[in-house]
Amino acid sequence: MSRSLKKGPFIDYKLDKRVTDMNNSGKKTVIKTWSRRSMISPDFVGHTIAVHNGNKFIPVYITENMVGHKLGEFSPTRMFRGHGGKKNK
Amino acid sequence: MARIVGVDLPKNKRGEVGLTYIYGIGRSTARQILSEAGIDWSIKVKDWDDSQLSGIRNIINEKLKVEGELRSSVQMNIKRLMDIGCYRGIRHRIGLPVRGQSTKNNARTRKGRKKTVANKKMATK
Repeated sequence: MSRSLKKGPFIDYKLDKRVTDMNNSGKKTVIKTWSRRSMISPDFVGHTIAVHNGNKFIPVYITENMVGHKLGEFSPTRMFRGHGGKKNK
Repeated sequence: MARIVGVDLPKNKRGEVGLTYIYGIGRSTARQILSEAGIDWSIKVKDWDDSQLSGIRNIINEKLKVEGELRSSVQMNIKRLMDIGCYRGIRHRIGLPVRGQSTKNNARTRKGRKKTVANKKMATK
């Protein structure tokens, strides 16, 4: 079920602040964040955000199409390398 | 022969059901269309007269996205997910369930026919 419109999108306060600061100062740096639950707002477009996946930070370049998704969707937490095979023996 | 947006409708079905042969129209949409056109749901497709048919065509053309147009827009939505590389897009790419279903067993609709692995039981021992 989707989130109530009344509440508006959820963006972690600290992350939102850093992005707006960057927009105001015009600088571009990679922001590291653990906040996978934050929604991507239109302000994020064009920035690179390194999203933690539990192990390391995955750099995600935000494009127009990604607005409305959550950051965690772009930083997979599981890696599947395939089943069995001769390599393992 | 009733032909709407390039689909032949079955003659001997009730209007409500006949319309569902069009991609993008289910029972409830079919009922909405018919009630808007002022046609009883239970009239069979072959008993529609020309004015009723054109009424239905108009409603479908104006208000609904059906058949090719709908199919392509669905494909575009999936393609968008794949292009941005989000979780749902990745699941589409590798052909696994997209909405968090379990894949330990089953999930055969997405995974296709079973691929038997020889000596799988032996290997686990």
